[in-house]
Amino acid sequence: MTHPIVELKGVTKSFGPVSVLKGVDLTAEVGRVTALVGDNGAGKSTLIKGLAGVQPYDGGEVLFDGEPVSLHHPREAARLGIEVVYQDLALCDNLDIVQNMFLGREELIGGTFNEGQMEAEAARALQTLSVKTVKSLRQKVASLSGGQRQTVAIARSVVKKARVVILDEPTAALGVAQTAQVLDLVRRLADSGVAVIIISHNLQDVFAVADDISVLYLGTMTARVQAKDTTRDDIVGYITGTKTMTEVQA
Amino acid sequence: MSTEIESDGPAIEVPADAPSLLGKGTEGGVGEALSAYWSRVRGGDMGPLPAVGGLVVLVAIFAVANPLFLTQRNIANLFTQAAPLVTLAMALVFVLLLGEIDLSAGVTFGTAMGVFVKITQPGGMAWPLALLISLAIGAAIGTFIGFFVARIGVPSFVVSLGLFLGLQGVMLVIIGAGGTYILNPAPILAIENNNLPPLLGWLMLVVALAALLVVALIDRRRRIASGAPNPPLSIMIAKLGVIALLGAAVVFYLNQDRGSALHPLQGVPIVVPIILLIIMVGTYVLDRTRYGRYLYAIGGNAEAARRSGVNVALVKWTAFITCSVLAVVAGVFYVSQVGSADASTGTQIVLSGVAAAVVGGVSLFGGRGRLMHAVLGGTVIAVITNGMGLLSFSAGANLAVTGGVLVLAATVDALARKRSGATGV
Repeated sequence: MTHPIVELKGVTKSFGPVSVLKGVDLTAEVGRVTALVGDNGAGKSTLIKGLAGVQPYDGGEVLFDGEPVSLHHPREAARLGIEVVYQDLALCDNLDIVQNMFLGREELIGGTFNEGQMEAEAARALQTLSVKTVKSLRQKVASLSGGQRQTVAIARSVVKKARVVILDEPTAALGVAQTAQVLDLVRRLADSGVAVIIISHNLQDVFAVADDISVLYLGTMTARVQAKDTTRDDIVGYITGTKTMTEVQA
Repeated sequence: MSTEIESDGPAIEVPADAPSLLGKGTEGGVGEALSAYWSRVRGGDMGPLPAVGGLVVLVAIFAVANPLFLTQRNIANLFTQAAPLVTLAMALVFVLLLGEIDLSAGVTFGTAMGVFVKITQPGGMAWPLALLISLAIGAAIGTFIGFFVARIGVPSFVVSLGLFLGLQGVMLVIIGAGGTYILNPAPILAIENNNLPPLLGWLMLVVALAALLVVALIDRRRRIASGAPNPPLSIMIAKLGVIALLGAAVVFYLNQDRGSALHPLQGVPIVVPIILLIIMVGTYVLDRTRYGRYLYAIGGNAEAARRSGVNVALVKWTAFITCSVLAVVAGVFYVSQVGSADASTGTQIVLSGVAAAVVGGVSLFGGRGRLMHAVLGGTVIAVITNGMGLLSFSAGANLAVTGGVLVLAATVDALARKRSGATGV
């Protein structure tokens, strides 16, 4: 069941004279976790913003399910089922878990909320991800720990029936145990049939969860390897530009 | 439930037999609901508790200090005195929820009411049409503020402060310095000065309770239909029971004759059912519609709301319109109470309105507060004014105390915010 759902082919992006993406290829496959790594300034954020429709690419091709699509607006990305879980967690502290998970896409009956429906769906989404760390769905998000908040943010993409989930540094602010929990969650998210792209600086996390690793170096994709076929030293080499690899394997 | 959730502990352990979040129509116990409430309060989400406590203390003090305080006539006065302030505070809730403020809400109603009394002078316009024009003036002012805040990005504090000054100028032009117009239309005068027949008072209570009951029952049916757990039935019955008892006590008390032998006077003031309607419709909108939810979401984290697809600018803009229109309704109550309008109508009341909302538990930082909080806070301030007046304190002392209460309430708000940010649970 692993087939590419998103394929970027030779995408480019410049800001004035500065060329940030110089013809980048990236593939995300259903049921697999693709790690996107690279040093600061390599173009990771720009690549992701293009996928989210926030900052459209200048050139190149985006294939979704094999069909060329345009990604010029966040709404187009959302319609395709591309969800981004941002590093600074786009959650409202003053709303509870259900309200946050359904923000912007509330279930209505006759113009007013169907709270029961939303609560049941939220519970199902958390169960899909085997989340057991949340006591009550009606807790305010302000009262949750960092790991729990990340859990809610990820579960939100399940509620939205996302097909591609992009996680921007999901473990950056977490302790050891919570990092392990979130990585577990990422694995289960992929196993549920979602294509996951994870951006991380932490190679330990990358090797713990990723199936494929794509390395960006100064706006070009210098490597795409399966995690099981490579080593940390190799990846560090690709990231810092001391090693290169042109062969692309899926 | 032996669940331990630690804010920064290494792991969050939940026993394998932890109850499913889905629930199967089963309901938690009363104890569980109470302990959940208590943990919310400890987490800094005190809501209107300080205001309720303050109200009880104030009423006790004034009742002991002056026997006139708890007379039927004074209680009825209290309702009509509080009406403009309470309504203005409710108007402000809509912008306070966003973390914004409207300092011009008072002069907005001053301007709209200045126009209203002027065009309804004898031989002038019919009052319903004039009322519509006044509400439209409110909507126009709200549109103006909203444009600058939501579209241009000028802080609401500055825009509304500018309008606070500018509209006073407009009022001077409309009414003329030193001029006063008597409020003419009898139906508008009646709002604050006449009462419902006793039977209608009871009918009002029954209709309000029936509406609450129907909404609660529909909620339960929907939750059962989608397999979500319901809160204990006993809690719902207890809540409605308390509301019914309080309401019945108020209606019964106000239905007693409080006039003299020559002028019998009894019944619920007409303004009460109007305010009740505003509370119920407004609360319904805030709790159960997208518009209301987005007000809270933007107040909590505007960027998160934007990323979720909420049209932040539009929601903000309309919040200022809602606020200004409701402020005009407060103005209608105000001129009905005072019986006239002049060039200074509404210039004093706006800070009391903000104070009322904050005292009641509406956060100045946005994202937290309900219409009932504004009503409670407005009542606290009205009780202070009324009680101190009965005890023959000067207006100066009254202002000083009200100001002190505002600072106290804002302090509680800031501390609660700190606490809810600091505690894990």
